[in-house]
Amino acid sequence: MMTSRERNTASALRERNGASALFAGACDALPIGLGYLAVAFSLGITARNAGLTPLAGFLSSLLTRASAGEYAVYSLMGNCAAYLEIVAVCFIANLRYLLMGAALTQKFSPDMPEWKRILSACCITDEIFGISVAYKGYLPLSYPIGATLLAGTMWGLGTALGISAGNVLPPSVVSALSVALYGMFIAIVIPPAKKDKAVLVVVVSGFLFSWMLARIPLTSGISPGVRIVILTLAIAAAAALIKPLPDEEKEESV
Amino acid sequence: MRDNGIWIYIVLMALVTNLIRILPVTVIRKKIRSRFLRSFLYYVPYVTLAVMTFPAIMDAAGSPLAGLAALLVGIVAAWTGLGLFPVSIICCVSVFVLGLVS
Repeated sequence: MMTSRERNTASALRERNGASALFAGACDALPIGLGYLAVAFSLGITARNAGLTPLAGFLSSLLTRASAGEYAVYSLMGNCAAYLEIVAVCFIANLRYLLMGAALTQKFSPDMPEWKRILSACCITDEIFGISVAYKGYLPLSYPIGATLLAGTMWGLGTALGISAGNVLPPSVVSALSVALYGMFIAIVIPPAKKDKAVLVVVVSGFLFSWMLARIPLTSGISPGVRIVILTLAIAAAAALIKPLPDEEKEESV
Repeated sequence: MRDNGIWIYIVLMALVTNLIRILPVTVIRKKIRSRFLRSFLYYVPYVTLAVMTFPAIMDAAGSPLAGLAALLVGIVAAWTGLGLFPVSIICCVSVFVLGLVS
C-alpha cells in the first residue's frame, strides 16, 4: 500500500525531508480523521447541551483533542461545575497521555531539540500515538504534525457539525456512529496482538478486568477515567514482569 | 455562565490536557535503560485502549448485545488485516443493523 511505502521512505530520509514525513502523517491519519469526524459528531451533541456554539466547539476540540476528557468536561459544564473540578476531571481522564508521552520519548532521536519534543507530545491522542509508535525509526516532528493537522481538524469539524446538526439525526444513527471510536481502538490493538502473544494476553485481560471492575458492585462506583489508569498501571506492570522485552542491543536496530 | 464562562472552561481544558502531554517529554531526556520500564511502556498503549473499549462499547451502542457484537465483529475484521477506517465502519454498521432488527 502507498501509505506504508510512504512511511518507509519518510523514515529513511528521516529529518532531512520533513515534507515527506508530513505527508506520510496526513496519509496515515486519513482513516483516523474519518473516524474522528463520526465520533466528534456525537461529542458535538453533548457540547451543544453545554451551550457551545459551533465555533467554540471547533476551537475547543481542535486545541484539546481528547475524547473522554472532552465528554466529561462538556457534561460537567452543563451543571456549572467548579473550575477545580474541571481541572481534576481533565487530569484523571487524560492521565493515560502521561504514560503515552513517556513512551513517546523513546521514539525521539537523541539530538531532537526540546521544542520539537514538546510539539510532538502535544499531538498525542490515542490513535495518533498509535501510528507514531508504529513509525519506523526515529519519529520526526513533521509526522505527528501532519497527522494532527488532518485528523485534529476533522475532530474539530465533527464537533462543530454535531453542535449545529446533532438533533437532526435519529438516535439509532447516533448510537451507531458513537461506536466508531471503539472500532478504531480495536483496529489499532489487534494487529500487534496477532504478532505478539504477550500483547494478545494483555489486551484480553484488559477487556476482562475492565468489564469486571465496571460491573462488580464494590468497584462500579470508580469513574471510567480512574479505572483506565489503575488497570493500565497494573496490567502493564504485570506484563512487564512476566514477559519483559528482549535486551537492549536488539532495540537499537529499530 | 453563557459566553465568558464557557471560554474559561475551554481554555482550562485545553491547557490541562496539553500540559499532561508535555510533562513526561520535558522530564525524560534520554533512552530509558531499565528493562522493566521499557517493557512497561511498551504494553501501556495496548492495555489503555483495551480497557477504554470494553465495556464502554456496550454503553455507546445503546444495547449491550449490539456493543458486544460490534466488538467481536471488529476483532474479526481487524484480525483479517483490515485498516482503521474499514473496521470502524463495520462496527458502526453492525450496531445500526442490530438496532433495526431488535
